[in-house]
Amino acid sequence: MSDLRDLYQEVILDHHKRPRNFRRIENANRQADGYNPLCGDKISVYMRLENGVLADIAFIGTGCAISTASASMMTEHLKGKTEAEARIVFDQFHRLVTNHSGGPEFADIGKLAVFSGVREYPVRVKCATLAWHTMHAALNQKAETVATE
Amino acid sequence: MTAGTGKDTARPELAYDVSSIREDFPIFREPVNGRSLVYLDNAATTQKPQSVIDAVTRFYTRECANIHRGVHYLSERATESYENSRSKIRRFINANSLQEVVFVRGTTEAVNLVAQTYGRTHVGAGDEIVISAMEHHSNIVPWQLLCEEKNARIRTVPITRTGEFMLDEYRELLGPKTRLVAVTHISNALGTINPVQEIIRLAHERNIPVLLDAAQAVQHVPIDVQALDCDFLAFSGHKMYGPTGIGVLYGKENLLEEMPPYQGGGDMISYVTFEKTLYNRLPYKFEAGTPNVAGGIGLGAAVDYLESIGLENIRAHEHDLMKYGTMELWTLDELTIIGTAREKASVLSFIIEGIHPHDIGTILDKEGVAIRTGHHCAQPVMDFFHTPATARASLGLYNTREDIQALVHGLRKVKEVFR
Repeated sequence: MSDLRDLYQEVILDHHKRPRNFRRIENANRQADGYNPLCGDKISVYMRLENGVLADIAFIGTGCAISTASASMMTEHLKGKTEAEARIVFDQFHRLVTNHSGGPEFADIGKLAVFSGVREYPVRVKCATLAWHTMHAALNQKAETVATE
Repeated sequence: MTAGTGKDTARPELAYDVSSIREDFPIFREPVNGRSLVYLDNAATTQKPQSVIDAVTRFYTRECANIHRGVHYLSERATESYENSRSKIRRFINANSLQEVVFVRGTTEAVNLVAQTYGRTHVGAGDEIVISAMEHHSNIVPWQLLCEEKNARIRTVPITRTGEFMLDEYRELLGPKTRLVAVTHISNALGTINPVQEIIRLAHERNIPVLLDAAQAVQHVPIDVQALDCDFLAFSGHKMYGPTGIGVLYGKENLLEEMPPYQGGGDMISYVTFEKTLYNRLPYKFEAGTPNVAGGIGLGAAVDYLESIGLENIRAHEHDLMKYGTMELWTLDELTIIGTAREKASVLSFIIEGIHPHDIGTILDKEGVAIRTGHHCAQPVMDFFHTPATARASLGLYNTREDIQALVHGLRKVKEVFR
């Protein structure tokens, strides 16, 4: 069970049970949908980007514990960050869950480090990164406003 | 279901000896995550007995040659082994002739073959193909491709909340525009055994041919294509303890005869000039290119293996295990079995309130229990039950009550982690 706990850490289980920022943002100016056809996980990420800063970020969707917790913790981590910072964290997170050579470069990633256990479960990497890829797609989106449906 | 087709060669007086059966499968000697394997993903693929592995190895070690063309000794031997397998399969499903047994890559290719040959020549604008709401994607998408091309449409027989095929609604859907019925014999996502005899009878009353997807049936129940009177039957080798990459399309000879070829190439021709090609006779007309010779030989060995145990014995063993598994799963709170048809085989699909199937699968894997999680290539079924995915345990001839107990034990661990 000890290695299972590396994956299902308390903080992950907590975010799965009580996801933070689990809502739509009505006046979002960035939004993207993510879908994992392998498992049917769906997510929509909403952002309010003001002067290059993520004034608000939230999500809705259905998914496993890993994908829900990842989305929840992502929104907590990115709120208040600049767009440029968000892109850097995106890269760091991606390396965190795929690379086996961790190290000091992840020092800034804070609580997100709990997802390092995912790298031992290659089939679950997509679960952990779905929200992040969706967030990235939202950042790259050009439209000013997006329909919520 | 018809009981006893009289083709079981096993000795029914002997008790089903599952521990000696397990010894036939070398994989059970391999530890997984430090534990002995509890393999409950048989609907995805089955493990292989030593006899199948040996047959494939023997071909590559001692008989390797191309078939149907060489004048040399090895080619003759390879051809004989390959054709001998066809003959075993003919007997296994009780086809009328060897011409009716076409080797393909698997069920998917078999369905595509019928869609692209029979379908393209018999389905036109406004015509209809009837399938059921519990089909695997491989018995949906080939028909969608055909319907898009021909401006035809798919009609879907609904299922009940327990996952049963609705016969009355099916009868209503059959009409003058119906060109083909294509349904699964046993559902891969729910385990439902469909009333195929009745489905075929009703279609034949209107002269509509029926294709049966038997990918989840041939390894669990005896099949007699002549008794069923199905027009096409598709199945895969790897789900019946044989190799991957080999499968069978059975088709009635008169239908196969009038169908155009599926792919062009070597082996499917009898005479070629740049102006005109004469096609080979059945079944070779549908077997372009060098086939999966080793796979075909391995599939023959798998048929031998199944017959040595006896499909009726396998069915009885798995049925008993299914009942036991259902009762055991019911002891877990918040667990719902998806698919509770009266007639079921092999499949125990379930969800647990508040826990995603992927998380269930990962934790069970750590416990050495292999199941499948996801939509099982049957997304319309998942939509019907309002769930994106299920966890699915599927039984095979080597599974035991201990395997079920390991599953339930693992599920208690899952609930511990998520409590």
